[in-house]
Amino acid sequence: MTNSIGELEKDANCIFVIGSNTVENHPVIGMKIKHNKLYNGAKLIVADPRRTDLAEIADVYMPHIPGSDVALVNAMMNVIISEGLADQAFIAEHTEGYEAMAALVEKFTPEFAEPITGVPAEDIRAAARVYAQSGNAVICYAMGLTQHRTGTDNVKSVCNLAMLTGNIGRPGTGVDPLRGQNNVQGACDMGALPVVYTAYQNVTNEAARVKFEQAWGVSLPAENGLVLTEVINKAYHGEMKALYVFGENPMMSDPDLHHVEEALEKLDFLVVQDIFLTETAKYADVVLPGSCFAEKNGTFSNTERRVQRVRKAVSAPGQARADWEIICEIANRMGYAMNYANAEEIFEEIRGLTPSYAGINYARLEKGGLQWPCPTEEHPGTPFLHKDGNFSRGKGAFAAIDYIPPGEQPDEEYPLILTTGRSLFHYHTGTMTRRASALDTHKPEPELEINPITAASKGIQDGDLVRISTRRGGLNIRAKLTSMVAPQVVFMTFHFAEAAANWLTSSEFLDPVAKIPEYKVSACKVEKI
Amino acid sequence: MITLTINGREIQTPRGSTILETCQAAGIPVPTLCYDPDLRLAGSCRMCLVEVKGRPLFVASCVTPAENGMVIETDSPDIVEARKVILELLAARHNFNCQVCEKNGDCKFQDYCYQYGVKDSRFEEGGRHLYPIDDPNPFLERDYNKCIMCTRCVRACEDITVARAINVKNRGHNAKISTFLDGNLSDSPCVFCGQCVMVCPVGALTSKVSAGLGRCYEVEKVLTTCTYCGTGCTLELNVKDDKVVGVTSNRTVEGSPVNKGALCVKGRFGWDFINSPDRLTTPLIKENGQFREASWDEALDLVAKRLGEIKAQHGADSIALFSSARVTNEENYLAQKFTRAVLGTNNVDHCARL
Repeated sequence: MTNSIGELEKDANCIFVIGSNTVENHPVIGMKIKHNKLYNGAKLIVADPRRTDLAEIADVYMPHIPGSDVALVNAMMNVIISEGLADQAFIAEHTEGYEAMAALVEKFTPEFAEPITGVPAEDIRAAARVYAQSGNAVICYAMGLTQHRTGTDNVKSVCNLAMLTGNIGRPGTGVDPLRGQNNVQGACDMGALPVVYTAYQNVTNEAARVKFEQAWGVSLPAENGLVLTEVINKAYHGEMKALYVFGENPMMSDPDLHHVEEALEKLDFLVVQDIFLTETAKYADVVLPGSCFAEKNGTFSNTERRVQRVRKAVSAPGQARADWEIICEIANRMGYAMNYANAEEIFEEIRGLTPSYAGINYARLEKGGLQWPCPTEEHPGTPFLHKDGNFSRGKGAFAAIDYIPPGEQPDEEYPLILTTGRSLFHYHTGTMTRRASALDTHKPEPELEINPITAASKGIQDGDLVRISTRRGGLNIRAKLTSMVAPQVVFMTFHFAEAAANWLTSSEFLDPVAKIPEYKVSACKVEKI
Repeated sequence: MITLTINGREIQTPRGSTILETCQAAGIPVPTLCYDPDLRLAGSCRMCLVEVKGRPLFVASCVTPAENGMVIETDSPDIVEARKVILELLAARHNFNCQVCEKNGDCKFQDYCYQYGVKDSRFEEGGRHLYPIDDPNPFLERDYNKCIMCTRCVRACEDITVARAINVKNRGHNAKISTFLDGNLSDSPCVFCGQCVMVCPVGALTSKVSAGLGRCYEVEKVLTTCTYCGTGCTLELNVKDDKVVGVTSNRTVEGSPVNKGALCVKGRFGWDFINSPDRLTTPLIKENGQFREASWDEALDLVAKRLGEIKAQHGADSIALFSSARVTNEENYLAQKFTRAVLGTNNVDHCARL
């Protein structure tokens, strides 16, 4: 997030939520948004193919067709420019590339966008006016915006929108990705990515590489590595020989599980380190028992860049060990000395190599966490980025982005669009929540959300067992009739191994930059069994 | 600043403060039941009554602004007597089965009855209501036979969670917290966040997941960060005999900067996977398609040997590591360091994309 969670409750005068079912997936953030909307009079705009809880109370709700985000945002910008609502002073002083962007969005009149997005032109106009004219306006998004073949374009589009109206660099403004996992921000910050070391220092940058080579006392590879989806593809083609999976569950979370299964089976050696025998661990040659969050010390970094302590409360079960200890053991056995007395010692090494974390230490974290960048021990941390329009890269760069339709298109055989996501009561691949007694008692089985009109046309009633199929395969699931989804869209979660949504999704269309799969759009058909 | 006299002491307070806030800042104890600093004021329980010289009636200090020159008594014999009557009135609807109550030892009503010597009630004529304890949800127990109608739950549901699932139905002795049509929570807008459990001063609302697992005075509370979504809520793991037996909220700004104690259903009630019998407790090695238990030495030696062999035979880039958005920064750092410095490849990624 460029800005902080607390600002969503107090400082934002307008909140534009696109591709985020915040109330279910970031419940405490959802509470703050609802509070601001209902009690402080903030405006709320929601763009989502599903009529979410926030959509119910929105000033403007736009149920756009999955994958039409660029067209929708371009049309909003078209309205803002043509009605003179753009912040020309901010654009002139703090940005570049405006002309090319403005030229591109010229054709995206609301009437042009209406058939692409399925959103009435007048609603697009209303949303644009509310966003541009409410004072401090913030954009919140989640995987509904990013899990498309145009995920990077979609994110750049909402950045365009924020810069066009000067809604960046003040409390209550900004572009706020709501990150889905407790430490996904930290995993990125720590360089658990194939192209960067900690704090996004590029592995292809020689100065950065030399710095880490000196710190670690080895020579390091200079080429970018492969992203997760590429690793699975290489394994599928027999070119990846060994995989070490540490607290991940690709046999549930990755697209097109037929493809993942074959890939895992072709590996010469698979190590899985986890707290349960996950769907992925079943394919492993060696399984190592790790620890959960309650059993070890360390830090997590949340979606607002706040580094907070994780404290050991109990011992790990049986012989299970802290995950960092296991990694050290293997490194030592492979001839590279990795010895730390505790997590704090590792953190001290991190902050020596990570400029944005340099001022953070465990003693300071006792007082409520710190938001990076925090370059020195005197620095108070950074609640919002790009203060006064001073962007990290200098000038904010507009990107001229044309609309590209989703890779997977419905046809006569597969006329509906399947979109996937999470429910309030479960979490990601269900490894933890399916074993949390109350959660699994409350929501023990998956459901396919289907519009009553669509259901009626197929003779499907609420609770019926139906078969959903895509070009990859099919599975049986109970139907839940709800007007939360539009007639052409069906929705299911990916928490349930017994009906795993990712048997249905595609690994064919990846975003060219982020290599993110197109989870939110799969052409499908639904039949009553 | 204004100046007033409380219990004979001259005290300064910012204009706009309530009498209760003034007392709390000055370290003068005033009992409260319905008051909660994070919720809109109710002024309904009357436990915080004080005597203001010149006023004909006692005033509820939580909703009465402090005024310049006020002369206040917080603990006069008349006030103490009034509080006893209030406690007796509340006791008329409270089922005192403290010995088996989850909140025993952590109950404001129990504490005040003890402090003010209230052992029974003169107002039980006509008998207590006997409300069924039958909401079938797996998360929270609703026992309105213990409810003292402070309405903190209603206000937390409305102010913090903004779910607005519950409200007060009926009046007087018949008043009761209720969903629309007094049905089950699962048929209401309730999202089972348990903010109502967090603010309930008695044992009317408690966690079913923690029931019977430990008393408040038996558990150690360890402040940590939630393991679910990326919001970064902090919570307290309640530990007894080296086992997590519950989750409670830390409601301070310092301890809970993001959520100020507010949690969701997963954070508050989704912790018992930690104690699941399915947890992996020993390394496993697959032989002939079946897993067998192995010692750490055997498993670690095997991993190191196989990774070394594959690196030697096929090159470092034939190996990849998936790190995790679930584990700590320290572990992610070591995972990428291991991949780069030991395996010799940049093939490290995690589920940020998924």
